[in-house]
Amino acid sequence: MDISVATPKALPRSLFRSDATQRILAFTALIVLIVVFSLASPNFLQFNNIIGILLATAVNGVLALGVTFVIITGGIDLSIGTVMTFSAVMTGVFITFWQLPIPVGLIGGIATGAFAGFINGVVIAKMKIPPFIATLGMMYVAKGLSLVISNLKPIYFNDTPEFRQIVMGSALGSIFPQAQVLQIPNAVLFLFGAALIASFILGRTILGRYTFALGSNEEATRLSGVNVARWKIAVYALGGTFAGLGGVMMASRLNSAQPALGQGYELDAIAAVVIGGTSLSGGEGTIMGTIIGAFVMSVLVNGLRILSVPQEWQTVVTGAIVILAVYLDILRRRKS
Amino acid sequence: MSDVLVTMEGIEKSFPGVHALSQCQFELRKGEVHALVGENGAGKSTMMKVLAGVYTKDSGRVIYKGKEVDIHTPRAAQLLGISMIHQELNLMPHLTVAQNIFIGREPRQSVKFVLDDKAINDNTQQLLDMLHLKIDPRTKVADLTVAKQQMVEIAKALSFNSEVLIMDEPTAALTEAEIDELFRIIRRLREQGVGTVYITHRLEELFMISDRVTVMRDGQYVGTVNTTETNRDEIIRMMVGRTIYEAAPDIPQNGQQDKLLEVKNLNRGRVLKDINFYLKRGEILGFAGLMGAGRTEVARAIFGADPIDSGEIYIQGKKVHIKSPSDAVRYGIGYLSEDRKRYGLTLGMDVEANVVLAAFKKFLGFLGVVNNSRTRMTADEFVRTLSIKTPSLKQKVKNLSGGNQQKLVVAKWLIADTDILIFDEPTRGIDVGAKSEIYKLLNDLAHQGKAIIMISSELPEILRMSHRIIVMCEGRITGELSSAEATQEKIMKYATERGGIIQADDAPVPAAYSEVGNV
Repeated sequence: MDISVATPKALPRSLFRSDATQRILAFTALIVLIVVFSLASPNFLQFNNIIGILLATAVNGVLALGVTFVIITGGIDLSIGTVMTFSAVMTGVFITFWQLPIPVGLIGGIATGAFAGFINGVVIAKMKIPPFIATLGMMYVAKGLSLVISNLKPIYFNDTPEFRQIVMGSALGSIFPQAQVLQIPNAVLFLFGAALIASFILGRTILGRYTFALGSNEEATRLSGVNVARWKIAVYALGGTFAGLGGVMMASRLNSAQPALGQGYELDAIAAVVIGGTSLSGGEGTIMGTIIGAFVMSVLVNGLRILSVPQEWQTVVTGAIVILAVYLDILRRRKS
Repeated sequence: MSDVLVTMEGIEKSFPGVHALSQCQFELRKGEVHALVGENGAGKSTMMKVLAGVYTKDSGRVIYKGKEVDIHTPRAAQLLGISMIHQELNLMPHLTVAQNIFIGREPRQSVKFVLDDKAINDNTQQLLDMLHLKIDPRTKVADLTVAKQQMVEIAKALSFNSEVLIMDEPTAALTEAEIDELFRIIRRLREQGVGTVYITHRLEELFMISDRVTVMRDGQYVGTVNTTETNRDEIIRMMVGRTIYEAAPDIPQNGQQDKLLEVKNLNRGRVLKDINFYLKRGEILGFAGLMGAGRTEVARAIFGADPIDSGEIYIQGKKVHIKSPSDAVRYGIGYLSEDRKRYGLTLGMDVEANVVLAAFKKFLGFLGVVNNSRTRMTADEFVRTLSIKTPSLKQKVKNLSGGNQQKLVVAKWLIADTDILIFDEPTRGIDVGAKSEIYKLLNDLAHQGKAIIMISSELPEILRMSHRIIVMCEGRITGELSSAEATQEKIMKYATERGGIIQADDAPVPAAYSEVGNV
């Protein structure tokens, strides 16, 4: 009877279940990219170039961690790029203008991002404005505030040379001065540290659980007695916190807060999240996938640059990759 | 009187266009199973949603364990010990069974923010063992059958130590064996003193399980009787009250034998398997089956709303390729979705705009300017012929009653020159009185030579309206009955005739969630 038809269909379904598919795919793509670029150019696997890739991934990766939470709830956050900049500018205000101690400046910068995210959450959950519009508004508000506060000029951290060491110094390198491999900047440690924390929050805490629940079936979550608005606000605030961390890292790396920077970073972060297998329709996603996605993006850009592909074309390729990733997500969804 | 758990009296509730509850009352005692019956739209679910905190009543009193309470949220109800299992399952498909059951009150570790997943899974295992359910707490809910998902909902409700458990049509998607299992659980709860409200429209069930029966009709309380002191006929009399339906339709066997639509070997993934049927001019073809049987999917496939894997569609004998709804409209097929508010009407616009929307091209004059006097004339004509009750053509559609909204959708498709009309649950959410008007309209349309497919979950509706009945179960057509031979029992037999061998190694798609995934 139909059994011959049913069995082969049932097999791949159980093998390729849930979000694992795209994560494996993204990981394979990352390996393929690395192999292709290292064959194409001997410079690709040079130590300095690898450090360059890691540094380039650090900020985008941290931003993408926050966006992962937001997208799992079925929402979107377009403001993280300029919120990142806003946080950097505020860090400059705290440390350079007000001459507060560096740790206070760092916490102040991160708190700025968290606050912007909190406002996003309130606007979305309480005023019921769709995430796309609410965060688009915040994108402009944060951008404008950065320009106003900095008076359109970069804020430098020249009085506090230690500030730059936060991200660009190498804690591991100073502990093991002999080991050349360990001379990696702290920014990389920040990225993996933040990823571990994000992974813990997503997998083991109440906030992570509700992040999935909201994206899976918001109405059912509400009917189960969960205070949906409160947790949504928490998710956007968390996204803002990661943007704040990204802003501090960016400021440290550039030794300055550049108020005109930032717009466009949100799209890189969203792209990393989607490439990593987090579904834009909500309910599924992983931190591991996002980190892989962030590396796919930066390896691609780096490799194309080494092969002397003009920057304009790098942008075109990035865009095409994002569309491909979303299309794969849709295909996967349609099958089930 | 001390054993009275809940008393509801003078309950009023209105929605835009519908007076859902008017002066309703209800009483639930400790350790009783109280069946709440009535036709669709009688207000049973609304009444219980007021008790469960889903809806807020407009006026009236709810007394729980001797104290007047005001329940505004589902959480407030749960904390009082009142849980409701909704007709449409309320689960998070991406989460596991255990995560679903403990959503909102997860056991934490000593650090309050951190979940104790071991405790969640262990507690769930205990709960499932208590109910003799063989489900792994770590299974994702999306991977369970609809019946198992329902059991998860029950386990969830019980985990609240509820004293009041409300079940809204719990058996709609269950097999006989699963229903027995459910009743076993309900009886055990009764021994423990839980008050159970059992909403149903299957009369045979209430005699098996209930102690008392309350009947509602048209949003009003009719009466409460002890199950042992009543019988089926009395309850039906209370439910119907007056003759609402017309007699069985005079079936126009008017010699029109040409097959307007024929579907051959239609397949779509795991949702539709080998669908074959035809539809004649002037015929009303009923599609019966349980929730998730694939009836709506057949309609959507024919209408080009979902892609098909294989199969052929013939219209007036000619093979056609329908790839999108606009193709379908060109071939004269109209689909009236079960969810009119979402897919059938633009609620914020007025009557006139809605009526002409589907056939806008017809009303365009020189340079694409809309000919307003012609749209007004046409809208006016259809409002009169279909006797749509509206104060004016400029009335916003959201202010019309459900029945009149449904007629408006019909008008829309008639103007678009459709010959084949597919009605998906045409009377869902419509006041009982307005139903008979919809039935009359369907009959009139068939008389005029339109071919009609009517998908309905209400067996009396299917039996009264259809010339022929096709019954589906789990994506297959399991039976076809002529109106002469059809009975509720025969339809139910076909509707529960599951695939057998296929089941063994290939779990059925939980229909409720495969939809969610596609959004």
